[in-house]
Amino acid sequence: MDENTIICRCSDVTLKEIRELIQEGYVTFDEIKRITRAGMGPCQGKTCGQLIMREIANATGQNIKDIKFQTNRPPVVGVKLGLIAKEARRNEE
Amino acid sequence: MKNKAEVVIIGGGISGCSIAYNLAKKGVKDIVVLEKDYICSGSTGRCGAGVRMQWGTEMNCKIAKKSIEFYENANEILQYERDVEFKQKGYLLVADTEHEMEQFKKNIEVQHSCGVPSKMLSLKEAKEIVPYLNTDILKGAAFCDKDGFLNPFHTTDAFYRAAKRLGAKFYTFTEATGIKVENGRVTGVETNKGFISTNVVVNAANAYAKNICDMVGVDIPAYSERHQILVTEPVEPMQDPMVMSFRLNFYIQQSPEGTFIMGRGDENEPRGLKVASSWQFIEEMAKTIELVLPPISKLRVIRQWAGLYNMTPDKQPIYDKAENVEGFYIALGFSGHGFMFGPITGIAMSEIILEEEPTIDVSMLNLSRFKTGRLLLEPSVV
Repeated sequence: MDENTIICRCSDVTLKEIRELIQEGYVTFDEIKRITRAGMGPCQGKTCGQLIMREIANATGQNIKDIKFQTNRPPVVGVKLGLIAKEARRNEE
Repeated sequence: MKNKAEVVIIGGGISGCSIAYNLAKKGVKDIVVLEKDYICSGSTGRCGAGVRMQWGTEMNCKIAKKSIEFYENANEILQYERDVEFKQKGYLLVADTEHEMEQFKKNIEVQHSCGVPSKMLSLKEAKEIVPYLNTDILKGAAFCDKDGFLNPFHTTDAFYRAAKRLGAKFYTFTEATGIKVENGRVTGVETNKGFISTNVVVNAANAYAKNICDMVGVDIPAYSERHQILVTEPVEPMQDPMVMSFRLNFYIQQSPEGTFIMGRGDENEPRGLKVASSWQFIEEMAKTIELVLPPISKLRVIRQWAGLYNMTPDKQPIYDKAENVEGFYIALGFSGHGFMFGPITGIAMSEIILEEEPTIDVSMLNLSRFKTGRLLLEPSVV
């Protein structure tokens, strides 16, 4: 595969960057995330997660099911702050 | 894993990495850093990414100023291949009561005595910096253009890589489970991966520092407390400074990626090590932002998370060596500003360990101040 392929579309991270980091010893999803911001964008790793975990599995000889993904954090999808504020006030009334 | 080291540092956050770098730079061989998870996985990696010189105590002002001056040249000094993303667009502190305005004036006097270029601003001047700031509810503001944003992951990575190049060894996913003391002297550290004999142990575990101190029977008055943060989707640059209020209880800054990072404290937060997110936080945060910075409430929040402040009674850190256990050193209790003090934590601790002349005299931040009662309370923490 072309190494310039974008793996994380939220933060423009290429396959080459991911592979280089794994070579340098950043071999967990969380470590790669903190250097590249992959998984921190609006999709919250829904696109890049599997791809990066597969790269880690291939490079380290582990089974992909043993690779830990990031902690899934709320909210599940992006929500406007104004809507949250409105709902919070409605509940107070 | 090595079974012998000159120094073992517990904690792979900004403090541990900075201490390792400074000791290595001064020629200490055989430095081992133990991190129970991965580098920057604790409080540093969860922090709000802001750095400021605007504090209320002389000690905090001095440490922050010197740290920020380091950060201005961090990429070069640490020879970092990436970028620590330091952006100095200032901190705009806003006050909504006359009482807080008085506190700002007192703080600025302290700040000026330490060479911090802060100033009071009128509401009109504040609005020139952040045009959509709702000044109707405010009385005034304070500003310092040297304050700003810094990427915590890259900054810690920069210290980590620099220390590693100088020979320090980092063992991640390796937890200190016990400390061996013989005849009042540290002789080694037990980990989940084996024993390392050493005569010097540095406790840089911040949120977990009390657990480490308990291993050697050193009593510290610090406790951990959850603080929460959220981040929005990225948008075009629209806000230069961090906007912060102690009384309205919030801070909010636009990162260089365009996301807005914001957080607040909760006075009813119980002590503990819990880092789960709560819906109460996101609701209170959303209401506050809608009131103070209305246009920001049109942005989508994409993630919320929590981290731990390690609090001391005067909200200033403790840099010291233990009196009753020779070879045991502590750098803890950063009370929410350990990331911004990182460079000085490394310098000060290396000087205490190597018994060198201090760059900044931090002897006031000793452990015994809590017994003698010589406390200088920091009034400016969210």
